[in-house]
Amino acid sequence: MADATETAEPLLSAKNRKTFKDPFMVNNPITLQVLGICSALAVTAQLKPSLVMGIAVVFVVAGANVTISVIRKFIPVRVRIIVEMTVVATLVILVDQVLRAYAFEVSKQLSLFVGLIITNCIVLGRLEAFAMGNKVWPSFLDGLGNGLSYAAVIAIVGFCREVMGFGQVFGFRVVPQALYDNLGYTNNGLMVLAPGAFIILGLLIWVQRTVSGHVED
Amino acid sequence: MEYINLAIKAIFVENILLAYFLGMCSYLAVSKKVPTAIGLGLAVIFVLTITSPVNWFVYEYFLKPGAMQWTGNAKLAAMDLSFLKLISFIAIIAAMVQIVEMFIEKVSDTLYNQLGIFLPLITVNCSILGGALFLVEREYDLAESVVFGSASGIGWFLAIVSMAAIRQKLRYSNIPDGLRGLGITMLVTGLIAMAFMAFSGISL
Repeated sequence: MADATETAEPLLSAKNRKTFKDPFMVNNPITLQVLGICSALAVTAQLKPSLVMGIAVVFVVAGANVTISVIRKFIPVRVRIIVEMTVVATLVILVDQVLRAYAFEVSKQLSLFVGLIITNCIVLGRLEAFAMGNKVWPSFLDGLGNGLSYAAVIAIVGFCREVMGFGQVFGFRVVPQALYDNLGYTNNGLMVLAPGAFIILGLLIWVQRTVSGHVED
Repeated sequence: MEYINLAIKAIFVENILLAYFLGMCSYLAVSKKVPTAIGLGLAVIFVLTITSPVNWFVYEYFLKPGAMQWTGNAKLAAMDLSFLKLISFIAIIAAMVQIVEMFIEKVSDTLYNQLGIFLPLITVNCSILGGALFLVEREYDLAESVVFGSASGIGWFLAIVSMAAIRQKLRYSNIPDGLRGLGITMLVTGLIAMAFMAFSGISL
């Protein structure tokens, strides 16, 4: 895109800041672009795995964006998907091995969903839409912005589900014990199961779209 | 009997989409019309049925710790290549999808035109890679992996076709602005998932 004019742009120019900030509200990958829903739902029964998953995705998206952006001029168009997949798969294997070594418990909880970051549409979507046509630094910012906004959304979903499903945050009880004993309050078991994830995310999308004013046909 | 039980479990009780959230992206993107949903659903059944045994074979004879004993070479037999499973599975899936596409193009033009754009998309459908990883995690044998693969595909097919049917009706209803499209689709999926939960506990 901006290849022809190799003008020196300041590192945090308005355009770059926009690249970084847009994904959070205007163009959120989960609630507006409908990308990467699989893992957003599967790992969010509790806050801790959601956060770890978020960090892993930030790393993979930013890393893959940079790598592809560096080599974008050498990739033949016909085989670009395979090249992209290989780069992403390599980064995901790194994440998987690091998690296994340093955070075995969480890695067990996430089980195969770490591997599924490969097919997380956010990663491939950003590579196709941005990294293939942009310079390294904007691609890095784009990856970081999209990764972080993804992480923010799944952290919110994870928080809601853990509070309502277990009455806990990070494994600490936040709903007072007295509520259970005296008022007959019970945890909402549905939130821990699959339907709870769908419903929470549906409501979150509603809130986000009402705030940002986005309307689908 | 054991196989029927496994199939029922994969289709209804542990539906790959409604219980494990796999293949959500294409599910949300392609469930606007029933005929296209049927096309993609069939393609997913097809690819899952074919890739599951192939992935099983590769894991069992090349990647698993001690898998290469058949070579008779002590060094190869001692190798543990299981960390390569992600990259080899995704490569196999991409290659299989390509082969399936070329095969269908040769054999049936009508089917090719119907599936056309969906076939390449299947490579990045999480349900295929997820299915392969489940095979490894649950240590299925060859026959079980074929049954599991096709049954997961059928489960995904059921989910996307029912969703497409509901969405066609939804177009005529009066939904609050922010909830239109994706929002209401997620809520309805939640309700379908709840209905499918009623199957849990069934075993033949």
